[in-house]
Amino acid sequence: MKKNDKPRGELNRSYLHTVGHRFLRHRMGVVSLYFLCALTLMALLAPFISPYGPTKLVGKFSAPPSAQFWLGTDQVGRDVFTRLLYATRISLLVGFASTAIATAIGVVLGLVSGYFGGWVDMVVMRFTDMVMSFPYILLVLVAAAIFQPGLWNIILILGFVDWPGVARLVRGNVLSLRETAFVQADVVAGMPTRHTLFSEILPNTIAPILVYATSVVALSILDEAALSFLGMGVQPPMASLGNMLNGAQSITILTTKPWLWMPPGIIIILLVLSISFIGDALRDAVDPRNIH
Amino acid sequence: MRYIFKRILIAIPVLIGITMLDYLIMSLAGSPLAMMQGPRVSQAAVEAKAIQLGLTQPLYVQYFTWLGQLLHGNWGYSIKTYQPVWSMIAQNLGPTLLLVGVSLILGFVIAIPAGVYSATHQYTKGDYTVVTLSFLGTSIPSFFLSLILVYVFTVLLGWLPSGGMTTLGTGGDFWDVVRHMVMPTAVLTASFAGSNIRYIRSSFLEILQQDYLRTAKAKGIGRFLTINKHTMRNAMLPIITVLSMQVPMLIGGAVVVEQVFSWPGLGLLTMSSIMTRDYPVIMGVSLLSALIVLAGNLLADILYAMVDPTIQLH
Repeated sequence: MKKNDKPRGELNRSYLHTVGHRFLRHRMGVVSLYFLCALTLMALLAPFISPYGPTKLVGKFSAPPSAQFWLGTDQVGRDVFTRLLYATRISLLVGFASTAIATAIGVVLGLVSGYFGGWVDMVVMRFTDMVMSFPYILLVLVAAAIFQPGLWNIILILGFVDWPGVARLVRGNVLSLRETAFVQADVVAGMPTRHTLFSEILPNTIAPILVYATSVVALSILDEAALSFLGMGVQPPMASLGNMLNGAQSITILTTKPWLWMPPGIIIILLVLSISFIGDALRDAVDPRNIH
Repeated sequence: MRYIFKRILIAIPVLIGITMLDYLIMSLAGSPLAMMQGPRVSQAAVEAKAIQLGLTQPLYVQYFTWLGQLLHGNWGYSIKTYQPVWSMIAQNLGPTLLLVGVSLILGFVIAIPAGVYSATHQYTKGDYTVVTLSFLGTSIPSFFLSLILVYVFTVLLGWLPSGGMTTLGTGGDFWDVVRHMVMPTAVLTASFAGSNIRYIRSSFLEILQQDYLRTAKAKGIGRFLTINKHTMRNAMLPIITVLSMQVPMLIGGAVVVEQVFSWPGLGLLTMSSIMTRDYPVIMGVSLLSALIVLAGNLLADILYAMVDPTIQLH
């Protein structure tokens, strides 16, 4: 609506500046960004925040929250608050590492498929269809059962399962970019394909990839939590937000010891929620149609 | 018709690829006989079993044997229970379809009005509330929501049973099943509705910016008609896309929820067969789900053509 009364200077500002400016207008996005940064910082500085080790037995069994143990202790006497910090670390690691793997695979396959077309495209896209046709959770569960559940295997599995969305997104963008004047000019000028792909086409698809990637981070964190909850993910004694909830399947813990399962669940929700809001804000910020 | 036929032809290689990939992954998993071994089972017995099950043959021979049987309508037999795989799946299919089907429908029943309201009231308080709720729906892990519901409705209030499909010992009449269904359905509906609202809202917003809507408004036919006649029909397209994306959920989506509520569906069957490495059952479930995914895609293509006359079927 306000397209016309936009200050003229805005057009000359750099792209990043404009995007940053628009991002700041998304109030929930900004709040979420601060929250995520704070949480990440706490997770990284866990050894300095908490005097206890995450696997050290420091108190009585299942003690309720107190001044000494802010969120109480678990069934074997470990400090729940400390474990929560370390578990958040694991969740963030899984989220970002598996997204990095998925994005790398998806970008390369999408670029190749979209740019070369023909039978290459055909093979890559059929393969993408195949991976997408698997029920996601089934694939992850089977893979986790096969490759021994554990932190790095979970990261790899989620990374190798999450790429089809990225591949399709990139391919679609490449298909439309391939016809633009600046890419055609490259081809006419006889630039090497590698240059065209990575220096001309890729930078122009970064924005949608980034937006999509934030949703993959959120999904990976949720999936890791679900897998660990089922006992197929990160294995004890290492703390993960999912496996901290695992004990709540027993009725006594569920009913009488809420400090054991409530906090990790709430952290998962806040973590995923804040990442979703950041993704939403990013989407608004990089959308060229969205000038309001 | 020719278009549908062509689509099916394209789907076949994908399907065969899925079964091959499946078989390969499964064979990497290790022998199902590893579970059988123990002090009371002799080595000879294990070997005899391996020969009987055809595990000594090369992998591709095993695969083609399985595929050949499948074409004759034989889905194989469970290694653990010796029941035919198909009858095991058939037994568990009903509860899953019931649970997920009802949740899918409820998800749309909630999401369509909420998404439309949110889009038509963009940047108002109501819009922010709906959007935040939808984010919450997708952000809350299903197992955590399940635990909270069990805590509140079973432990604190004692209103609803915490697991199963019918009360043990009774045959389970209609209301008994409904009572058992409430919580798992609520959990699944929350996540379906959450993601649906976002899709419907954004696709509606897109349509609201179109020129033909401005024309409709300019004609002065009123807000109600504008939205219901001109926007709804065009918004059907993205809704169909979402629906086809969620069809695979009919099989795999409920694994966690079924596990928490011990709902006797495919998810529970899948978990237990993964735990015991019951290959024929895992293969059967993945094949069925692949079939359903492909059928869902096909259905979406056909529905597109029905809703939007500008899409031509060749």
